[in-house]
Amino acid sequence: MATKSLHKKGSDLANSNRQLEILSNGIFQNGELPTFKNKISETSQFPLKAKKLEILQINVGYMCNQVCDHCHVDAGPDRKEIMTRDTMKQCLEVIKNSGAHTLDLTGGAPEMNPDFRWFVEEAAKVGIKDFIVRSNLTIIRANKKYYDLPEFFKKHNVHVVSSMPHWTRGKTDKQRGDGVFDKSIKALQELNAIGYGIPNSDLKLDLVYNPSGAFLPGDQMSMEKDFKKALLDDFGIQFHNLFAITNLPISRFLDYLIASENYEDYMYQLVEAYNPTAVANVMCTNTLSISWEGYLFDCDFNQMLELPVNSKVKHISEFNEDLLEGRNIVISQHCYGCTAGAGSSCQGEVT
Amino acid sequence: MSKTYYDPADLKKFGKITEWSEELGNKFFEYYGKVFEEGALSAREKSLIALAVSHTEQCPYCIDAYSQDGLQRGITKEEMMEAIHVGAAIKGGATLVHGVQMMNKINKLDG
Repeated sequence: MATKSLHKKGSDLANSNRQLEILSNGIFQNGELPTFKNKISETSQFPLKAKKLEILQINVGYMCNQVCDHCHVDAGPDRKEIMTRDTMKQCLEVIKNSGAHTLDLTGGAPEMNPDFRWFVEEAAKVGIKDFIVRSNLTIIRANKKYYDLPEFFKKHNVHVVSSMPHWTRGKTDKQRGDGVFDKSIKALQELNAIGYGIPNSDLKLDLVYNPSGAFLPGDQMSMEKDFKKALLDDFGIQFHNLFAITNLPISRFLDYLIASENYEDYMYQLVEAYNPTAVANVMCTNTLSISWEGYLFDCDFNQMLELPVNSKVKHISEFNEDLLEGRNIVISQHCYGCTAGAGSSCQGEVT
Repeated sequence: MSKTYYDPADLKKFGKITEWSEELGNKFFEYYGKVFEEGALSAREKSLIALAVSHTEQCPYCIDAYSQDGLQRGITKEEMMEAIHVGAAIKGGATLVHGVQMMNKINKLDG
């Protein structure tokens, strides 16, 4: 179980250029596996182009109370990158003026940003259709000052999306840290108690499943059935949907793949599971990811790889929806993670 | 020639058996795919059966394939190990039930 971020450890892989080098060399350089660009060219899907903006995903900072083994953000308590209120104000302007129907706050643990509540209150006033906060659940139990988060979410009709790697304690704690399972269960029960996740409730509670190792997620619908049964039988917990998300080979997951000698096999798995139908619906085509500093990226993964949008508009302060639409999406081999099997996005499968 | 009989990389080449006998190969893979679809048994149950049989057949390729398949389906390691015990129990039982034949023979010859 990790205790420090790659950045804090001074790891080679904290450097995004190093990650991109790894993803372009070896089996992709010697032609053993096709590059993502060549693969999508086979079905004339290159270049991938951004469609109409539907989802604004804002990363309000990399600080987190957890240090999960496979975190693509390399988040943790030692990360100090936090979005300022000034940048949040610029985001609010964009939220007001853009046609996006979904606002998706992520981190780190977004709740740890000191201006998080202010931002949620202001953003909720804009009346966006679907207002998501990606909460890791344990934050709700981490400190007294967070105990009222479920009520706060309810007050602003926030759609809560939370990670839950497995319905068993062992698999969850192995990936996310000792005690995470019990705290998550407690937090889910609290959310259920005020109406979150109950069938037909407007208070949406969805869970995110991502595999605990070097394998792909199974069928989302079957996993959801298994999760629902186990959580209800064992803990009386209910939730709405399960999003099955594939781990992308970047940051701490890439570090894990290399250290466990699974990197090449994992890339083979991703390429073999490549599904051209998923390419048409990958999230980068309708999402914009905004970093804690206000820079724009095609997705949260590109943000972590420091691959900015291919557009004249680079920063939230210069936001222009028309200029951003139709831009060419920036790709590398990590993109295979979103096109494997039924596809993968922050909203789960895409086919 | 390779110095070992089994190479993990060969599993990826399984589909190539079709090259030397196209019709039979295609029919086999079509059948194989159909067998593992959801049916009266769930795909999850079939995966566990396949894992147990992989062990009784002692097929290293199948063990790799269905260990990974089980993980992807969220099957726990405890469930997978129990499935293998089912296979082992049948294997052991199959050996031991022949003890009755031995007893019959001994009783006949030396009764």
